[in-house]
Amino acid sequence: MSTLKGRNLISITDFSREEYLEVLDIAEGFEANPKQPILTDKVVATLFFEPSTRTRLSFESAANQLGARIIGFSDPGATSLQKGESLHDTITMVSSYSDLIVMRNPKEGSARYASEVATVPVINAGDGANQHPTQCMLDLYSIRKTQGTLENLDIAMVGDLKYGRTVHSLVQAMCNFNATFHLVSPQELKLPSSVKMSIKNAGLKYYQYTELRDIIGTADIIYMTRVQRERFPDQMEYERVKDSCILTADMLKGCKENMRILHPLPRVNEITTDVDNTPYAYYFQQAQNGVYVRQALMAAILGVK
Amino acid sequence: MENKKEMVVSAIENGTVIDHIPTDAVYQAIRILGLENYKDELLIGNYLASGKLGRKGIIKIKNKHFTKEEINKIALVAPFVTIINIENFKVVDKFSADIPDHVDNIVRCANPKCITNAEAVATRFEMVDKETLKMRCHYCEKFTTRETMKFIE
Repeated sequence: MSTLKGRNLISITDFSREEYLEVLDIAEGFEANPKQPILTDKVVATLFFEPSTRTRLSFESAANQLGARIIGFSDPGATSLQKGESLHDTITMVSSYSDLIVMRNPKEGSARYASEVATVPVINAGDGANQHPTQCMLDLYSIRKTQGTLENLDIAMVGDLKYGRTVHSLVQAMCNFNATFHLVSPQELKLPSSVKMSIKNAGLKYYQYTELRDIIGTADIIYMTRVQRERFPDQMEYERVKDSCILTADMLKGCKENMRILHPLPRVNEITTDVDNTPYAYYFQQAQNGVYVRQALMAAILGVK
Repeated sequence: MENKKEMVVSAIENGTVIDHIPTDAVYQAIRILGLENYKDELLIGNYLASGKLGRKGIIKIKNKHFTKEEINKIALVAPFVTIINIENFKVVDKFSADIPDHVDNIVRCANPKCITNAEAVATRFEMVDKETLKMRCHYCEKFTTRETMKFIE
């Protein structure tokens, strides 16, 4: 039986390298055959305390395709939370109604806390700026699918490396696979030292850049993120650097054949639309992979895979 | 020297003396050790002359002994504290406090968006760097340090 049965997934570091690979293998099976009615006797609760389109629909699609029943809410305004019910009480109640809880909540650490209160497993679908581990799992899936391996890759992370939680998680996860990291960001949005320390502790290398052009020929994966105007105290500074992390089709000359571009989405203008039709764009398939990975996680945690 | 101190805050027959507490940490130390409602003699001296600290606080607790783990909790506010176990007016044991590896429900998380600041959740930290008191929140995974540390009242 899998070590994942009955487990929570709160932070990407909760799982081992072997467990990541196990989830990816199971997800491959769902990609080949997504409609498998193996959770028909299960109830999955999706508790979205803040709006989310992609993540919620992806989880609900995954659960539906496995035949599970779904309860939950996507608008806490219409629930007893508005009456001041605590997270503790909500989770205690929902635990008795469901076999698995999927939760997004803007309070950082809320998912860890919910997992300590709940009597059923909890999957974190995002707790504020802290963790979003299923996004990271689908990033790993997309990398392995496009490169054929997770080992020994040159990974470029581009954009807001300071606040981007998907960036932090992916760096931590890829530290298990002997990656070399190329970090491209404005000075103001460099990767936090604690995350750089994870790279160093794993005995791996990272290089820092301010211009996206500098890494195009090196990278196997270019992981793009959005640089938000509101992150800059000085708007002049934003105007000065805002184009340094924008990827256009004409910049892709000289890139490796196998290179693929990932993005957690939503995209604004950091990847121009002329990139979409190049063979290097992978961000829409990446989002689709989220369904298979979430199917795999639910099935493994509920002990049916 | 020892006799001189005991003249300021009288000696106890049996119990614990906590010496070399910074003057601004005496009452916090009492709270952290859960001594606010202690039902036996508890002697507090503060702003006493000290060779080591200039001015210091001292607490004497009659008929009570602490585990090393309990004492380590006050190392956050009083890193150079000396613990003296007394039996029959004699020193039987003397030790110092060490910064703990885990800090449970003593300190607030410095991250205002942390769940522990929104709901009645007991805080838990893992000590990452004992020099700067950098500790990682078990819940939000953000760091609290000596500069941002606030004690739970």
